[in-house]
Amino acid sequence: MSEIVELTAAAAAERVRAGELSPGELWEAYRERAAADSLNAFLWLADDAPDVAADAPLGGVPLGVKDLFCTEGVPSAAASKILEGYRPPYTATAIELLARAGAPMLGKTNMDEFAMGSSNENSAFGAVRNPWDASRVPGGSSGGSAAAVAAGLAPWAIGTDTGGSIRQPASLCGIVGLKPTYGSISRYGMIAFASSLDQAGPLTRDVTDAALMLRHMVGRDECDSTSTGHPEEIALPSAERLDGIRFGVPPELTGEGLEPGVREVFETTLKRIEELGGTLQEVALPHSGHAISAYYVIAPAEASANLARFDGVRYGRRTERTETLLSLYEQTREEGFGPEVKRRIMLGTYALSSGYYDAYYGSAQRVRTKIAEDFRNAFDAVDLIVTPTSPSVAFGIGERVDDPWAMYLSDVLTVPMSLAGIPAISIPGGLSEGLPVGIQLAGPAFSENRILDAAHALELATGFDRSAARG
Amino acid sequence: MADVTYEPVIGLEIHVQLKTRTKMFCGCELSFGEEPNTRTCPVCLGLPGTLPVVNAEAIHFGLMIGMALGCEPAPRSIFHRKNYFYPDLPKGYQVSQYDIPLARDGKLGDVRIHRVHLEEDAAKLVHVGASGRIHSAEASAVDFNRGGTPLVEIVSEPDIRSAAEAAEWLRLLRVTLRQLGVSDVNMEEGSLRCDANVSLRPRGEATLGVKTELKNMNSFRFIERGVDAEIARQEAILRDGGTIEQETLHYDVRSGAISSLRSKEEAHDYRYFPEPDLVPIVPTEAMLERARSAIPELPAARAERLEREHGLSADQAKLLAFRTEVGDFYEQAVAAAGEAGDLRALANWTTNELLTELGDGGDPAGSKLTPDAFAQLVAMVVAKEVAQSAAKEVLATLVAEGGDPAAIVESAGLGRTDDSELAAIVDRAMAEQADAVEKVRAGNDKAVGAIVGAIMRETKGRADGGEVQRLIRERL
Repeated sequence: MSEIVELTAAAAAERVRAGELSPGELWEAYRERAAADSLNAFLWLADDAPDVAADAPLGGVPLGVKDLFCTEGVPSAAASKILEGYRPPYTATAIELLARAGAPMLGKTNMDEFAMGSSNENSAFGAVRNPWDASRVPGGSSGGSAAAVAAGLAPWAIGTDTGGSIRQPASLCGIVGLKPTYGSISRYGMIAFASSLDQAGPLTRDVTDAALMLRHMVGRDECDSTSTGHPEEIALPSAERLDGIRFGVPPELTGEGLEPGVREVFETTLKRIEELGGTLQEVALPHSGHAISAYYVIAPAEASANLARFDGVRYGRRTERTETLLSLYEQTREEGFGPEVKRRIMLGTYALSSGYYDAYYGSAQRVRTKIAEDFRNAFDAVDLIVTPTSPSVAFGIGERVDDPWAMYLSDVLTVPMSLAGIPAISIPGGLSEGLPVGIQLAGPAFSENRILDAAHALELATGFDRSAARG
Repeated sequence: MADVTYEPVIGLEIHVQLKTRTKMFCGCELSFGEEPNTRTCPVCLGLPGTLPVVNAEAIHFGLMIGMALGCEPAPRSIFHRKNYFYPDLPKGYQVSQYDIPLARDGKLGDVRIHRVHLEEDAAKLVHVGASGRIHSAEASAVDFNRGGTPLVEIVSEPDIRSAAEAAEWLRLLRVTLRQLGVSDVNMEEGSLRCDANVSLRPRGEATLGVKTELKNMNSFRFIERGVDAEIARQEAILRDGGTIEQETLHYDVRSGAISSLRSKEEAHDYRYFPEPDLVPIVPTEAMLERARSAIPELPAARAERLEREHGLSADQAKLLAFRTEVGDFYEQAVAAAGEAGDLRALANWTTNELLTELGDGGDPAGSKLTPDAFAQLVAMVVAKEVAQSAAKEVLATLVAEGGDPAAIVESAGLGRTDDSELAAIVDRAMAEQADAVEKVRAGNDKAVGAIVGAIMRETKGRADGGEVQRLIRERL
């Protein structure tokens, strides 16, 4: 493996800006590796090296882009047959911002169809393999982005997180994944799954890279009414200690249901936090036990409306069997959507139906409010909350496909933060039977700098060795 | 049961296209007959990944409408998604307002307003084929130019009691909206659309009967006819001992027939839920003040003022108030006439002579007549310097060519005949029309017309008709 692709994104950008490396060389090194992708991480690759200004802050470091992002003239299908071959006439704001800062798109990465899944097995274009063990899943839905970064096929990638879709695959692939505060990054051009939860974020090799990418993604976008931008500039983290930082450990998210190996890494991490000067205390998140149930009402409800536009009338797939308007709709959607997408559309449609709305959607929203309150109360007492990211390490391909509930529980530790709209990062905490275990740090809204600093100190102390994933 | 009389109960739902510069949720300019699909963008085409952004001008117009209709603007209102599949709806849902509208609880005239809310218009389907109608079409094409045009929906309470009242109230609403300058309010072009909810109940009963909804009637005449037809249909069913089905109906203007579009069972479940892509509308005091100060005097208030302060009849005041351009001309003439002006004479000459001269829908501002000249002419009539019939000729000249009324009277010799000249003419005419004089004396009063006619011919209309009558009677 060439020495170039050993560099983190920040280090590569630094070399380019110092004139020690040309953006073209950097591009070619990754283009070659991505073209030899044996993980099915990429769905499309750019052919031509783009022009990048020599002094661009991101130095031409190529970017893996989740297929959920619309990119002008480039296939953007959200890994769904219903959008196969669709080339949007515009580019998503976040991708545009990163390209302008000097991170050109290397290719589109595989994902669970419409971001619905936790294993990347729901892609219409085939499952993605975990670079640590090719018989296992990389997690999802941003599985292609996570696998590509872990395997060194891309220096970094952008993903999206609705209930854990950045953090969980980052955890299963042994990399860093950050879900920012809802609203800090524009959603314009992200094919919507659940609008009130979807948020873009970085998947990177280390915490510094995550901070660097985040810095160039945040911002209020006049095309997204729900975007707020970030109140402070994202700093590159430098902390090496955790002195005086209060970490909350919620028993609801660290008790039952964790694999023993995950628990072991988590407990080692707690010791490490104390060694670095941080303090630990128990905090209660009493409503988090209802988070998965509420999430699987709210997200499918929003998805049922968001996916109504895929009707075969204007773009994407249209069935050949179009005797009537109704059959155009039914057949197009029958042929175009995968089983998990259909399941969630039906769940959401049911939850919003007249007579059931208050019992399902109304209750779920009330739970969501309670969960957000739980976090606010917890952050009165602590600075950050620490949990494992996923209750298990990467599971085998095919292992959970017939058990949706077991699959949904993959996100049990990440969904509460999504419902509360708060930022959370996953960083590697160690290995369990040779597979990575992620540690999640969550903070109050817009506390990304605090989270990144703490994650940086912990990362240094952990000294996680990623090389096994790099083939 | 035979002696039961039924009372119709009618409520209206009106959709008004706002004439903002751009669409409700994107930057596309509104379309006025451009080539199909030329006023579109990723947002109004509902392309994947796009998001709506609310048009501030639409909120401003919506607040103006709400306030003009006496509603209370909501301190915080939200958008919902109304879900249904149709090719004219690119997202598969319409962004509309639901349980917390922009404004509610107002009143216009005698009818209470239930709510005023903002939403987006659908695109237009064009059915390709011989008939141009959906049922024998070979294909249907979608023109998205209209899609996303801002709409305000106004819902009245069921305070209307007849088809004529419904049309009358809708006219008041239309002229009010026009006065606000927020819409073209053209029913034929669809910038004003009206649905009517109709039910019947035995007179004296307080509970409402089962209602039907008559969809999209596109003229005042059709609304009146359609509602009348629906009242008759319901009454016939009730008199037969039947019951009314809650359904959505279509009134065919050609045949006058009413047909069912969908029954209650077939009604959509729109699965409304709050639109997560938009933030609530929270009008600031500055927004409210800006809307408030943008509202001009409205027709209902103007009618009341003209009746009270100018001493005009209710009908005349309403006519001047509802036809804004006519009312404006009248008030300019009143100003030109100054304190000596005879308001009733000015109003009469405006609403009778001037409107007759201008013809249907004529706008005084489009003629050569100035308010000043008009005021002078009416003053000459009041001072009896020119006879009524002669003054009408002068008015015709002023409308067509403009000019100074006194000069026209002078040059055309239209000045009123003096008393001795007229007396001589009357004497001569009565001598020549001896037959007619005899008949009148014998009690046939109509015969006096022949004598008057002869005199008017002789004076070329310069004589005052009343004065002529008086002189003839004197001599009989």
